[in-house]
Amino acid sequence: MKGKMDKVEGRVYILGDDINTDDIVPSHVLTMRDPHEMVKYTLEFIDPTFVKNIDRGNIILAGENFGTGSSREEAVNVFKILGIKAIIAKSFARIYFRNLINLGIPGITLDWNSHQFSKEDILEISLQEGIILNKSKDITVKFEKLPKFLRNILEEGGILNQLKKKLAG
Amino acid sequence: MNYTIAEKILKEHSEQERISPSEFVDCNIDLIMVHEQLGGRIHEEYEKLAIDHVWDPKKIFFILDHWVPAPTINAAQMHQDCRAFAKKYKFVHNIGIDKGICHQVLPEMGFARPGMLIVGSDSHTTTYGTFNCLSTGIGATDVSVVFATGKLWLKVPESYKISISGELNKGVMSKDFILTLIGDLSTKGAIYKSLEFHGSGAESLSIDGRMTISNMVVEAGAKFGVFLPDKKMKEWLMGRTKERYKFVIPDNNAFYEKTIEYDLSEITPVVAKPSSPGNTAKIEEVEGIEIDQAFLGSCTNGRMEDLRIAAKILDGKKVHPYTRLIITPASKEIYKEALKEGLIEIFIKVGGVVTNPTCGACIGGHLGVLGEEEVCISSTNRNFKGRMGAASSQVYLASPATVAASALKGKITDPREVRH
Ligand code: SF4
Repeated sequence: MKGKMDKVEGRVYILGDDINTDDIVPSHVLTMRDPHEMVKYTLEFIDPTFVKNIDRGNIILAGENFGTGSSREEAVNVFKILGIKAIIAKSFARIYFRNLINLGIPGITLDWNSHQFSKEDILEISLQEGIILNKSKDITVKFEKLPKFLRNILEEGGILNQLKKKLAG
Repeated sequence: MNYTIAEKILKEHSEQERISPSEFVDCNIDLIMVHEQLGGRIHEEYEKLAIDHVWDPKKIFFILDHWVPAPTINAAQMHQDCRAFAKKYKFVHNIGIDKGICHQVLPEMGFARPGMLIVGSDSHTTTYGTFNCLSTGIGATDVSVVFATGKLWLKVPESYKISISGELNKGVMSKDFILTLIGDLSTKGAIYKSLEFHGSGAESLSIDGRMTISNMVVEAGAKFGVFLPDKKMKEWLMGRTKERYKFVIPDNNAFYEKTIEYDLSEITPVVAKPSSPGNTAKIEEVEGIEIDQAFLGSCTNGRMEDLRIAAKILDGKKVHPYTRLIITPASKEIYKEALKEGLIEIFIKVGGVVTNPTCGACIGGHLGVLGEEEVCISSTNRNFKGRMGAASSQVYLASPATVAASALKGKITDPREVRH
């Protein structure tokens, strides 16, 4: 497990500012029992082709205040099920950021611009070094590294895995 | 040292001798609130840990409130799951479906006291900051961690001092103030911050009014929305709890990243247009927009102060024939009080529909779901796309006074223009 989390590779999918948790998982599907059924409604109101086009990109690049709204962790879990590897945003809502890290998905805060990234660019992210290599544009972009404490959670594949190990002594 | 309220309480709950903003601290949690999320994801997550107990069954406040009584089979199954979990792990405070909305019921039962550190499976857990404690929302995985260990990692937030003077004018409510603040800060203006409410203006507000403010700080991204202690708070807590508590006041030289000043007498009715609580406008800009539904309720504005002002505006008149008015008291205690004061009768007589206490329409769950293209004026806290029903429906957030005045006219109306 250890070290596995350092390098994250994937393709860029761009979303806008203020994507809220009701956008990601609409309230009307919240009582659904089967997460795989729920996944079908991801971003249905604001980007209805997202689920269909998910193979176009698995690193989300978003604007400000990503994940604003409720504490519903389903809004991270659907992305996990869909195979999203990392989310880069200009800023994150507090609870959403926690939920991401806790479920083992890196959340990277970066004030990016369209010269650095475009849709479907291939990226390689090094969490330990705080560097994104944009292979399609052949440039590197630096970001503020996550504190060691949070990187540890990611390396364990989420906080429950970390806790399970601790409990097992 | 010179600490803000947030720094003081977090330090008290950690093992550390001193703390400072941006630091991560492991904190002991005093109480955790969980609602239907328990059956949504927590159950599944917790079972993965394979432990047969929770850290302290007395420190869990478990309530069913979002979809009660269950309107669909899915919701019913979710409740079943929740109840089974609560039974299996022997929760002591296992509140059923009849008491009301979590953020109202928990303080009413005396569970939110000064100095406490409370987390909950809901973003509006910030509401309890009204009672001089720290409280904030977390996700299902975090809840599992607290269930297992009683601890949680928290980042120490920077604090903003919101210094309030003056008093609200007639027809203007604390909802208008918090909408003004969110509009000024923007929905990302206070991400991760602790908002501390100071001054004679804050003291002039009722406990009900303060709860509306603490409730909505999260719409500006804030982590906490905490009030300083005063006589009103003490009186409110009296009779609701026998536990001892100590008021927490910030040190004289505490550091605030920002200080923002407001004079309540300058606040006028404000509405948040679709589809963000930060998309605010003065009432004059939106007056006259026709509405299909007026909703009065939720953890933001379903309290006595809210029902009283609405009843005063509505009394003896009739809801506009093309508009429906739905009233959902935030708790059973409020429902009973409103019955005693004759408010429920007023609502029924004017043509309103009164429902049982639940989240209901606020989350587009039941008891007031919006159809395609419908327009609603609502006393709730979020107007995201599709939040209260169809994706094409539109929600305007406003104070209870504005909701009531608008219900009468069938269009968005300045409550100061309706005699009450
Ligand atoms: S009333 Fe609305 S905002 Fe409050 S807890 Fe219920 S769903 Fe959430």
